[in-house]
Amino acid sequence: MTDTRRITYREAVREALREAMTRDERVFLMGEDVGAYGGAYACSLGLLQEFGEERIRNTPLCESGFVGAGIGAAMGGMRPIVEIMTINFALLALDQIVNTAATIRHMSGGQLSVPLVIRMATGAGRQLAAQHSHSLEGWFAHVPGIRVVAPATITDARGMLWTALEDPDPVVIMEHATLYNEEGDIAAEGDLAVDIDRAAVLRSGDDATIITYSANVKKALAAADQLSGEGIECEVIDLRTLRPLDDATIMTSITRTHRAVVVDEGWRTGSFAAEVSSCIQEQAFFELDAPVERVCSVEVPIPYARHLEEAAIPQPAGIAAAVRKVLRR
Amino acid sequence: MIEFQMPSLGADMDTGTLVEWYKKPGDLLKRGDVIALVETQKGAIEIEVFNDGRLGDIMVNPGQKVPVGAVLATITEPGDARAAALPPEQRAPSSLVETPPASVAVPRIPREPPLPSPPSTQLLEPTSPSASGVRAKVTPAARVRADAAGLDLAVISPGPDGVIGLREVEGARTVRSTPRKSGLDLGEMRKAIAAAMARSHREIPHYWVSQTIDTTALFDWLEAANSKRPVASRLLYAAPLIKAVGLALKETPELNGHYVDDVFKPSNSVHLGIATALRGGGLVAPALHDVDVLDLDVIMAALADLIPRVRAGRLRSSELTDATATFSNLGEGTSESLMPLIYPPQVAIIGCGAAALRPWVVDGAIVAHRLLTVTIAGDHRVSDARRASQFLSRLDRLLQTPEAL
Repeated sequence: MTDTRRITYREAVREALREAMTRDERVFLMGEDVGAYGGAYACSLGLLQEFGEERIRNTPLCESGFVGAGIGAAMGGMRPIVEIMTINFALLALDQIVNTAATIRHMSGGQLSVPLVIRMATGAGRQLAAQHSHSLEGWFAHVPGIRVVAPATITDARGMLWTALEDPDPVVIMEHATLYNEEGDIAAEGDLAVDIDRAAVLRSGDDATIITYSANVKKALAAADQLSGEGIECEVIDLRTLRPLDDATIMTSITRTHRAVVVDEGWRTGSFAAEVSSCIQEQAFFELDAPVERVCSVEVPIPYARHLEEAAIPQPAGIAAAVRKVLRR
Repeated sequence: MIEFQMPSLGADMDTGTLVEWYKKPGDLLKRGDVIALVETQKGAIEIEVFNDGRLGDIMVNPGQKVPVGAVLATITEPGDARAAALPPEQRAPSSLVETPPASVAVPRIPREPPLPSPPSTQLLEPTSPSASGVRAKVTPAARVRADAAGLDLAVISPGPDGVIGLREVEGARTVRSTPRKSGLDLGEMRKAIAAAMARSHREIPHYWVSQTIDTTALFDWLEAANSKRPVASRLLYAAPLIKAVGLALKETPELNGHYVDDVFKPSNSVHLGIATALRGGGLVAPALHDVDVLDLDVIMAALADLIPRVRAGRLRSSELTDATATFSNLGEGTSESLMPLIYPPQVAIIGCGAAALRPWVVDGAIVAHRLLTVTIAGDHRVSDARRASQFLSRLDRLLQTPEAL
C-alpha cells in the first residue's frame, strides 16, 4: 500500500488548481473574488501570490461576461478554469454555456472546440437560503456538448480537474458546498488524475442499489450502514459523471440487486433522478423486482432555517426508507 | 388424454400442495390407485385416480402449491397416442377433464359464483389469475426468474402487498426443492372450518329437528354382545348408531346427497362423514363408504383405521369428498344435544349428544333410562322438518332392534 495523506476537499481542489497551473501554462483561473479573497469557498486562497494576477483573475459580478470570456479564451488556445460562485448564479451564464460553449464544435463543423472548465458550488446545507442552495446539475446534464462531473470524494476533487482540462470540450465540475470541509485520504504522491467517464461502486451489496452523486454519496453510505444492521446490504454507486451517464455500471449492479433507489438533491419533477430512473427501466426493466424509487428534494425553494433546510433535502433516514420500500419491507 | 387435476377435497379447499408423486411418468395406473400425496388444510391426502391408463406428463412438482382445478398430470388412456402428440391448444377443446374423485361420486363443488359447467366431466377451465381477469402484480424480475425456474406464476402466492416478487418466487422454489414434512396445520384448518361453516350459515336455509331416543335396548344388546367378544373386537355404540343412521338415511333420500348449482342430487349410496375431532382442535369428517350395507364389525374396523389416520393427517381423497351426509357424535362428553351446521354441499348433518341416564316415562311411570338426543339439521332447499322427523322416527325404531343392524 502506498503512503496516504489526509486533506480536505477544499485543499484537494486547491492542489488540483495548483497542479494544473504548474503543468500547463495555458491554464488560468478566473471568477468572482478568486484572487486575494481566495474565492467564495477559499479554494484558490494563496494562488494569487503563487501565480500572479495574470493567471488568477478577479472578474466583475457578471457571469455571462466572464464565462463568455472563458469561452473565447478557450477557443483562442488557452485552458481557462472559470469559477462560478454558486450554481444559482450560473443561470446568468446559461446562455454562454448552452448556446455557445456546448454548440461551437457542432456549429463550426468541428473546426473549433471549447476546452473550457467551469467549476461551480452547488447544493444546500449551509443555510444560504433559496438563492444560493439549489441543485440544478440536471439542467446542465440535459445539454449535449458539455460534460458534467460531480466529484464526491477527496480523490475525485483532486483528480478530476486535470482530466477535465485535457478534454477538448467544455466540462462543468459541480462541487457541493457542504463537501469543502470534508476530509479524506489520498495518495501521498504520483499522478492523481482520475477518469471522468465511469461511475464508481463505493460499497458492494446484493439487496438494492443506491445510485447517487455528490454530497448525497455520503448520505447514501450512511443509510447503507444503517440498513446493514437490519440485514440489508446495499450497493452504493457514485455516478461521478452525470453526462455522459455511465449506464453500464448502473445496469450491472441492478442485474444483481434487482432494486434501485436514486438519490438526487434536485427537485423530483424533471430531476436528474428521473433520467436515471428512466434509463433503468429502459435498459433493465426485466431485472427489476420493484419500481425504481427516487429520493429527491421537497419541491420548495430551499429554506433558510436549518431544520427546514434539513427537512427539504434527502437525508439518510429517507434513503433507508426508500430502500426498505423497494425491498417491500 | 385426461388431465388429472388438483381435486377439491371439500367446500373449504382452495389450494393444495403436492407433496409426493407415488407414480412416475409412464407407469400403468389402475382405477383406485393412490398416485400422489397432497397436503391440504385437512392434512396430507392420498389422491386416487379414477381411470385406467398410463401416467403422462407431471405438471406440478413436489412442493408446489396449486389451486383446485390446476392440472397435476396427464393420463393417457389406451388408444389416445395420437391425441397425446397434438400440441396442448389443439388438445384442450376436446379433452375431458377429470376432477378426481369428484368425477365419479361427487359433483365438483362450485366456487362463488357457481360455475355453469356440468359437474362430472367438463371442458378445461382456466385457473390462472390472468385468465380469470385479475392481473397479478408480478415484478419483471420475478417473471423472468419464475420462467427460468419453470415455475408457473399462477401457483405462486403473492406477498401481503399482493405482489409476486423475487422473494415469492424464491420461496416457491425453496419449497419445491425441500419438500416439507407433511402434517396438519391446525391454524389453517381452523380457517378452513370457519370458511366452510360461514358459507353454510350464509347459504343454507337450515332447520333443526330433535328427538330423544331411548337407547336402553341398544346398550343392553351391546353389553350382551360384547361379553361374548374378546376385548380387541368389542363394539362401541357408535358402530350400531352409524349403521342405523345409514339405514334411515337410505330411506330418506332428501337428506342424503349434494346440493350443487341450485340442484339437489340425491345419492344412491350412503357415505357417512364421521366428524372427528383432533387433539389440539380441528375437525375432519372423512367418509365411511356405504355404511348402510356394512356389518358392524366392518364399521368398527373402519373407524379404528380412520380415526388414527385423521389424527395423523393422512386421508385419501375419496374420503374427503364422498360423504353424502355427516354424523357428529358428542358421546364422550356430557352434553345433551347439539345443533350442527351442514357441511356443504351436503344437505343434512346428524348430531348426537351423550347417551346418559335420564328420566323417561315408561307405562306412566318415570324411570331412569339411557337416553340419546339426536338432532338433524336439514336444508330447506331440499327438504322440510316433516321428512327429518320421519328420519328420526325411523332411526328410533332401528335402534330398538339393534340385533337386526
